[in-house]
Amino acid sequence: MNKVVKNAQAACEGIESGMTLMLGGFGLCGIPENCIAELVNKNVNNLTCISNNAGVDDFGLGLLLQKKQIKKMISSYVGENDEFERQMLSGELEVDLIPQGSLAARCYAGGAGIPAFFTPAGYGTEVGIGKEVRWFDGKPHLLEAALTADFAIVKAWKGDKFGNLVFKGTARNFNPMMAMAGTITIAEVEELVEPGELDPNFIHTPGVFVQRIFQGEKYEKRIEQRTVRQKES
Amino acid sequence: MLTKQQIAQRIAQELESGWYVNLGIGIPTLIANYVPEGIDVTFQSENGILGMGPFPFDGDEDADLINAGKQTITAMPGACIFDSATSFAMIRGKHIQLTVLGAMEVSDQGDIANWKIPGKMVKGMGGAMDLVASADNIIVAMMHTNKRGKSKLLKQCSLPLTGVRCVKKIVTNLAVLDVVDGGFKLLEKAPGVTVEDVQNATEGRLIVEGEVPDIKI
Repeated sequence: MNKVVKNAQAACEGIESGMTLMLGGFGLCGIPENCIAELVNKNVNNLTCISNNAGVDDFGLGLLLQKKQIKKMISSYVGENDEFERQMLSGELEVDLIPQGSLAARCYAGGAGIPAFFTPAGYGTEVGIGKEVRWFDGKPHLLEAALTADFAIVKAWKGDKFGNLVFKGTARNFNPMMAMAGTITIAEVEELVEPGELDPNFIHTPGVFVQRIFQGEKYEKRIEQRTVRQKES
Repeated sequence: MLTKQQIAQRIAQELESGWYVNLGIGIPTLIANYVPEGIDVTFQSENGILGMGPFPFDGDEDADLINAGKQTITAMPGACIFDSATSFAMIRGKHIQLTVLGAMEVSDQGDIANWKIPGKMVKGMGGAMDLVASADNIIVAMMHTNKRGKSKLLKQCSLPLTGVRCVKKIVTNLAVLDVVDGGFKLLEKAPGVTVEDVQNATEGRLIVEGEVPDIKI
């Protein structure tokens, strides 16, 4: 089944204002740069974005925040972004902060047909307010609901025309679970290959979860915290 | 008083061979530099790597290889990479033997607050709530008092909690303390620091039994 679309513009067809989107990535690592640029171009707004982070001020989802295209963010960590913090503290932006492991599990659950699950994370904190508590093995757990999205947008290293994906390094992060949880999942890849070129034993995301795929261009892959050591002489 | 490096060095003495260890951002990250000779531990970073190595050499940075603090890292031989759901399965499923993280406040019942100052600063909990809710062995690395000189070891946390009754041990610039029934038990004090100094810097209930030895680095 050929799922190839021409470019980010074609891939993002059907994304409208008011929709819920999932976007893969951890910080700026493994983010769908091409589609984020297209969402800025498209000027859709009132978006609910589910993403672990919100980029930095001038890159990643920060670009959508700058243009006030996001109504609500569902994330686990939003540091490193002053505009985000400003919009949140002033109340312009609705923010649902949830524990990182619960975020990953809720996306997985959404894609795996599990409507909700119990987890110990967040019990006794603000996160637990209004959530059902049940005790298992002598410990309290919170009921957390699955997350799904109108569109999930992920970034992979390589992908084939059938939508099978391979990620590189820690750019994998949330991408596989989000790919599962989108009604329509868009994958942008650094290298688009023919079916058969990827070893079936090493596919990270099976193509069944992907509806549209294209080869992105001009990946900037910005590094947030460049930390190095010096070679010993 | 201990420096941040010395706090990390003291916590590194707690490491045991065979452990998988998750280090939080800040002082905990420094612990990787002080693993004692002969101790074999594997570092996990919750964004999806087991077998995290040191920072890369200048010029070898890879944008696709970072830790949870978004710093460029390397992978040790035998490292493995996985998605965020698998990463937190390791954490929630108690496959990680030690978690070390920073804190803004800890209570004498072992509650911890480290993600939010209402109206002022909201960075989010990241993976901290999952870590503290599940890990059996949690050490907090922090300064004993905040920048305004106020104690961070309290009767009750005043900030929004990250987790309840979960902290087991605290290593600060002044002392090593266990959280036990009834309060913070003073185990060791920093060289040059008296028990009274620790007492004065601790708002929560401090338990002192017998002679308190100096921290050895």
